[in-house]
Amino acid sequence: MFDMIGNIFKNLTSKPATRAYPFKTRKLNDNVRGHISGIDAEACIYCGICDKKCPSDAIKVDKANRTWIIETYRCIVCGECVTVCPKQCINMEKEHMTSSTKQDIIVCKGSPKAPKVETEKVSVNA
Amino acid sequence: MGKTIIPFGPQHPVLPEPLQLKLVMRDEKVIEAVPAIGYVHRGLEKLAEQKDFMKNIYLVERVCGICSNMHALSYCMAIEEIMGIGIPDRARFLRVIWAELHRIHSHLLWLGLLADSFGFESLFMQVWRSREKIMDIMEATAGHRIFISTNTIGGTHKDLTKEQQKDVLNTVALVWDDMKAVEKVFFNDYTVQHRLKGVGVLPKDVAYELGTVGPMARASGIIFDHRTRGYAAYGELEFEPVVETDGDSLARTKVRLREVYQSINLIREAIGKLPEGEIFTPFKGNPNGEAVIRIEQPRGEVMYYVRANGTKQLDRLRLRTPTFANLPSLLHMLPGSSLADVPVLILTIDPCISCTER
Repeated sequence: MFDMIGNIFKNLTSKPATRAYPFKTRKLNDNVRGHISGIDAEACIYCGICDKKCPSDAIKVDKANRTWIIETYRCIVCGECVTVCPKQCINMEKEHMTSSTKQDIIVCKGSPKAPKVETEKVSVNA
Repeated sequence: MGKTIIPFGPQHPVLPEPLQLKLVMRDEKVIEAVPAIGYVHRGLEKLAEQKDFMKNIYLVERVCGICSNMHALSYCMAIEEIMGIGIPDRARFLRVIWAELHRIHSHLLWLGLLADSFGFESLFMQVWRSREKIMDIMEATAGHRIFISTNTIGGTHKDLTKEQQKDVLNTVALVWDDMKAVEKVFFNDYTVQHRLKGVGVLPKDVAYELGTVGPMARASGIIFDHRTRGYAAYGELEFEPVVETDGDSLARTKVRLREVYQSINLIREAIGKLPEGEIFTPFKGNPNGEAVIRIEQPRGEVMYYVRANGTKQLDRLRLRTPTFANLPSLLHMLPGSSLADVPVLILTIDPCISCTER
């Protein structure tokens, strides 16, 4: 009848299992799939393999204009694009995306002659 | 007194997912239960016909959150059977390790929800605290807590390093100790016994006739576990299906709790026997043909039927999930029970409505 009492006393005397969340966060492992923050626009060859392989059709690649676009709210963070990328230039961050009121689209543009990198965030209404 | 109809669900504190049961009551006794499903139908089977067969691995993983890895496993096995792809030995063992980690986390989730359904909050927290360790180790090894996406057609995406294998072994050892501490509560505690013993008895012959699968069937004394057929690497591991004979809610709890130990033993054995080598067989072309695959999920048998026509799109993907097979036995158990036992009875079939409706 007192089977649970032992556990309860153990819980009372031991450290808490939870952490004081906003002040103390969990240390994330390096291979955690958090979110995709963009690409290295210089290294990318705009082959479009990630566009073809993306299960949720979140990535759009335009080879003529050398643009790479990801709709972050369509992305299911499966990591397929990172695996198939021949240049390994897609950046997977381990932090999860925070909630927001607008859908973000990440646009990465590389210039063919001078390798100038422009990464900008364009917000459109949900 | 006349009959009263009480709508149980689709929104109810004990239900994690929307399922409605119209309970026809006389006083406190249920005399009939009429189910209404269809609240979370997403049309995934139709969507699978329009997507590339490689993209479907991620799609079927999202049929259900709790057994996501097993859905991907059965889909990959079906395509491999159609295309005649043999997968490397190491990949077969890795599949078992991740599948069993998934089974542990599903069973721990269920044990917690069961404790919650009869109001044992501290036991619920105790079990879910252990579950968090499994979630963390899945994140550390595969990169995500639930959608681990390790399976692919031809093998696995990810490998386990020596350090990760050690981490997995340490974690399951901790979970083993945690479960030993709460095992006595589930098996002997007065409150638990009072709420579970003799509730919702499903005799062996009735369970057989209703086509019950998984832990439900094993709690009624039917020795029925698809892992014994030896898919993936189960044929090379030694284990016996966990069977109880009482057929009541307590027996189902015992089966699932003992299956946690069984899964831990399987993980230890699989890591011990893990061969060196490749984890992926490259392949070319599109599938052409059809295949039926049945594997053992935490909730029971899942059946995948895949028909391909030689193009990238499939002709048909059909899946039958364990909850669909177990719903008739729930409808058999409910009449005659009291209203207070209904939440416990619904939980003992371990319902996964998202799976059932797809």
